Amino acid sequence: MNMRSGPAIDMPMRPWRLSGVVYGALLNHAPALAALGDAANAAPYKAAPKAPVLFVKPRNTLLSAGEPVVAPDEGDGWQVGVSLGIVIGHTACRVAASSASEVIAGYTMVVDFSVPHESFYRPSVRFKARDGSCYVGPRVVSAIDLGDPNALAITVSVDGDPAQQSSTANMIRPVEKLLADVTDFMTLAPGDVLMLGVPHGAPVVRVGQRMRAAIAGVGMFEAVIQPARRREVA
Amino acid sequence: MKTGRVAYAGAIHAACPHERGVRLADGRVLTEADVVWLPPFEVGTLIALGLNYSDHVKELSKELTITTKDEPLVFLKGPGAVIGHRGFTRRPADVTFMHYECELAVVVGQPAHKVRAADAMRHVAGYTVCNDYAIRDYLENWYRPNLRVKNRDGGTVLGPWLVDAEDIENPHDLTLRTLVNGNVTQQGHTGNMINDIPALIEYLSAFMTLQPGDVILTGTPEGVVNVNVGDEVVTEIEGIGSLVNTIVGDDAFGR
Repeated sequence: MNMRSGPAIDMPMRPWRLSGVVYGALLNHAPALAALGDAANAAPYKAAPKAPVLFVKPRNTLLSAGEPVVAPDEGDGWQVGVSLGIVIGHTACRVAASSASEVIAGYTMVVDFSVPHESFYRPSVRFKARDGSCYVGPRVVSAIDLGDPNALAITVSVDGDPAQQSSTANMIRPVEKLLADVTDFMTLAPGDVLMLGVPHGAPVVRVGQRMRAAIAGVGMFEAVIQPARRREVA
Repeated sequence: MKTGRVAYAGAIHAACPHERGVRLADGRVLTEADVVWLPPFEVGTLIALGLNYSDHVKELSKELTITTKDEPLVFLKGPGAVIGHRGFTRRPADVTFMHYECELAVVVGQPAHKVRAADAMRHVAGYTVCNDYAIRDYLENWYRPNLRVKNRDGGTVLGPWLVDAEDIENPHDLTLRTLVNGNVTQQGHTGNMINDIPALIEYLSAFMTLQPGDVILTGTPEGVVNVNVGDEVVTEIEGIGSLVNTIVGDDAFGR
């Protein structure tokens, strides 16, 4: 009955393939939270987040290899959130930050396509869990080959023009600390992916535009946004 | 038909109810306590509804900023949260309010993409009982209810049986109740859902394709109370099943 199969990407280490389970951390990039200013302490939030703000990219969101990126049929386009993906190698339960490297198989890139939304009060599943709204790939790079995961350039261009230049640095919780805080209450399994966090200023792309996302040392993803399909009502 | 999945004698088995407990597909008849109960099917995407019973909304009205006219409050859970019948759920020592939630779990049987409410029920494979724990101490107003409240290891109990949809004449005419140590603490009726099952399938399938094995947890009625280490919590739904769970402390997990 279970049709979950991880995105088929090159993963030259245990557990050899992804599980298809993808979690993300919202507002982990310090400038993203800072941009909210006083609003973070006002209603409805009332205080800055204490625990990591997490979300799920369920299996219907995962793009298969070669599958086109289709614009959402509501809103103005996709907000392109590019994040380092921490790929779990060994069951990760209550992992101390100092031993995080023992459970990490490597790193990949996650492109989290969301319908832009202003409020972070509710989980926004309608904006974040749409079909085909998550790219994972193009490969898993081993931790040794990658070097410091908290200092990688992230770039997004739209129609060839730079749209975002940021990095995996400046996170409220760097890779090791995020993994520690998450696995304190939820165990991650081999092949699961945890998004470190999308940098502030993720651009929006619309139908017909060509987007290119890259994380230095991990890889790139390029797509032209296709118009929403008019599918027959089932 | 009611089907379950259990572990016994070194293997995982399909099981069905028997007057003395359970009967494995290979013919062995065992008591409920002889086997380890797994969720009754392979769980896909877990979709949960908050505030989907009018009486529960009233119960929480002091702290709420929404009304029943807003769109359904949906949140997602991961596979690590799920455990089966007769399992154990941890209550951290430092919390003051951890509560159960008895919910009708709707299991998808046919892929559903942009399905109209009028056609929705044909996409339902069946039903099971869910006890979806929450720890309110950890509530924060960011993507609320946040995962630390609702996606904890072992915090989502499913089972014991998957009951075929055709065996339930009207899923919106079922009594739910929860017993803590034998005392009834929660009672409700699935007719009081704010968004009923067809409405939820129409809403969800408009933006996410539902696949076989995906589960919609349809929310809980009023009557959530704190549970403590050692409590036996039984969540039951008329015609679907009676799901047992026991609260354990940090020590059971070496904390």
